This record gives sequence, C-alpha cells and structure tokens, in this order.
Amino acid sequence: MESSYITGSVATKAGAVPRISTTWSTRDVWSTIKVRWAIGRMKYKVNPGLYAIGNPDESARVFATCNFKLTFDLVRRALNGMNAWLLVLDTRGINVWCAAGKGTFSTSELVRQINSVSLGKVVNHHKIIVPQLGAVGVSAHEVKKQTGFSVIYGPVRADDIREFIQTGLKATPEMRNVEFPLWERMKLIPVELSYGGYYVLIVPALFFILAGLNPSGYSIILAFDDGIRACINLVTAYLTGLVIVPVLLPWIPFRRFSFKGLAIGWVATMILLFFHLLGQNFIEIASWFLMIGGLSSFLAMNFTGSSTFTSLSGVQKEMKTALPIQIGMAGLGIILWVASRFFTL
Amino acid sequence: MNGLIYLSNVVTLELDQAKCNGCRMCMVVCPHNVFSVDNRKAAIIHKDLCMECGACEINCPEHAISVRSGVGCAAGIINGILRGTEPTCDCGSTGNCC
Repeated sequence: MESSYITGSVATKAGAVPRISTTWSTRDVWSTIKVRWAIGRMKYKVNPGLYAIGNPDESARVFATCNFKLTFDLVRRALNGMNAWLLVLDTRGINVWCAAGKGTFSTSELVRQINSVSLGKVVNHHKIIVPQLGAVGVSAHEVKKQTGFSVIYGPVRADDIREFIQTGLKATPEMRNVEFPLWERMKLIPVELSYGGYYVLIVPALFFILAGLNPSGYSIILAFDDGIRACINLVTAYLTGLVIVPVLLPWIPFRRFSFKGLAIGWVATMILLFFHLLGQNFIEIASWFLMIGGLSSFLAMNFTGSSTFTSLSGVQKEMKTALPIQIGMAGLGIILWVASRFFTL
Repeated sequence: MNGLIYLSNVVTLELDQAKCNGCRMCMVVCPHNVFSVDNRKAAIIHKDLCMECGACEINCPEHAISVRSGVGCAAGIINGILRGTEPTCDCGSTGNCC
C-alpha cells in the first residue's frame, strides 16, 4: 500500500500516531487523474485509523473522514497549516456520501474507530467534526450516547473547512447545500464513459458482422461500409447519454432523465440523418431513431446514480414507465435494422 | 438549484411536528435545504428538493421524521430487481460503482 504521505509520527498517551503531509506529491496528482478514469478505483484506499496533521496536542480538533484516498487527499490538503487529528473510518475505499448510504460510514464504524484508537486518551475534549454528508449513516445522538463524543457536522466540502473553523464551527447555508455545478458533472464523465465496459467493443463488433447480410447472401464490403456507419451511430448514442446529457443537464427541458436522454438522442439522430449516416432505407432510418433514442435515454437515466438530487421514489417512478419503453425501442430497433438488410422501403 | 429539480410529489418524507423539540439537527444535516425551524418547531419548506438520503431521520433525537431512504440510482434499482432485493449500489466485487 502506498504511504508516501506519512512523514513521521507524533507521540500521544495512546501511543505513536503517524503524521501525514498536507501537500500532494506528483504521484498523488497522477493517481487522482487515473482514479477519475476509473483505473484502480475500487482499490484506492488508505489504512483506517488516526493520523496527525502538523503538531497536534490534546486540545487539537479531531476530523473524521473515509478511507477513499481521493477524499483523504482532499481533506489533508484542506487542513494544510493546521494542527489537528484525522480519524479515517474503514469505508472500503468508498467516498463519505456513498459509504454513508451503504452503511460503512456509520455510527457503529465511527464508534469502533473512536474506541480502537483510544481517542478519549489522545484528546482532552469530547468533540469530533464529521463531514455533513456522513450524517446519512451517522446518528449524532447515538455516537454521543455510546462514546461521549459530540458529533459536530462540518461543511459538505473539504475546501470549506478553513472558513468553518474561522467562523467558530458555523457552517453557512452554502456550506450545507449540495449543488451540482458544471465542473462537478464534468469530473464524472470519465467514470461514466467506462460504464459500458466490454459492451463498448462487443456490440459494435456484432453490428459489423450483421451488416454484411443482404438478400443475395453475405458481403464483406457491405459489412465494412454499413458496419462503420453503425459504429458511428452507436458511439453517438453512447456519447449523448453519457456526456452531453450530464453536461447540459440543467438546460435540457424535462425533469425525467430518460426524457432528457431521449430528446438529446433524437437531436443527435437528426444530425446523423442530415449527414446521411442513417442510410437511404426508411426501415433502417426508423431503426436508428429507435435504437439511438432508446440507448441514449437509458444511459441518461443511469446518470441519476451520479446526480446529487434524485430521490429513490422519483427514480422508481421514472423507471416504471421508461425502462419498458427503452427496452422496447432498442428491441424493435434491432429487429428493424436486421430487417432492413433484406427489405427496402 | 438552477434547474436541477427532480420529479414533484413523489417524496416519502414526513415530519411529526408534535414530537419536534426544535434542536435544528434536520436543518444542519439536510443537503438540500428542505427544512426550516421557527419558534422551536421544524417545518418542511421544500419537499420536492428532498432526495430521500435519510440523514434527517437518523439524526432526529425525537424520532419525529420518517422517510423511505435509499439510493436514487437507476442502476441500483435494476440491481435490486435482478437480485430480488432492495435497490442497492453494491455492484458486486468487480463492479465499478459509486
């Protein structure tokens, strides 16, 4: 496990605590970029436990965070220049909000870590600052009851910690609210693109193979020509659902993500039609409207999982109608596309 | 929220004002400014902004709030349907998930 961020140790009544750097090495920057592309994302962890920032003493503040290294790096950088303790919970490498939703950033894990590092011996106060989004899994009054430590909910974003401290541990409404600005949405695109996995190779390959079918048998030249077109159209649907919808999210009309995806998918299909990429056969043109619309709609709907404002009840309501329609559109589209190999309209 | 509002009238959030002691914890933990507290009584002011994360429910010491919380994620719901469980974003040991 990488631990180049450990720069020494601090002695406490509960033993030595490793001290960590508050600046990023080149390797930290590089691995942040990689993890944004989903490379090694599920193994990007630090060891849980207590760490020291600067030269903390018994009265220094205690912050809690998760053991996803991306988060850990943001928090230690935000604490640069302070003397504080950082208690890292074992969330199996998942960020605070998702881990809290899954129950790994939880009351029981926080209590377990407070006890296991003997936090009551390390500090002479009974306060711990927990990121606000951890509240999904942590019950402040339960932690107090079980450990005597009072949970103070800090700001949502690590970058606001400094101001939070300067204003006497008061979070402004802006620090408490989760927005979803353009840059935040764009940071998710690389991971979104990795969503398709091997399907991104298999599905176009199948279209290449099937494109050779025609009434007089099989044609390699046709497979190549129509296969290329099919790939361009499929990639377009993939990009509209996973890139264009997230980027333009607030500006696309409709509240349902599936409608947003369908609308943008069809706009893109019109553009493809204009450039003659849907073929000359009306059966094939219809098949592309169905396939691109259905796929773009489905992929856009999946962005509900990355968004910061969709509710379970809402997504369930949306899916109840959208999913059968998407499957129907894709299925009918594929049938029509294969039929268009043999029939012309 | 600048256009980032999801569906209306679907959220399961409920508040029993009679139990509320005015501690303001719901206001503190809510990421979408759903609550206000006046005269030591909480009120739901922006119900449609609620994303059903459940932070208010578990941090309310008086158990005055209830919400059916879970992942508002289409992939998670499909996972749940396929496995016959509640919606879950545990995409398996190899999966890439949030």
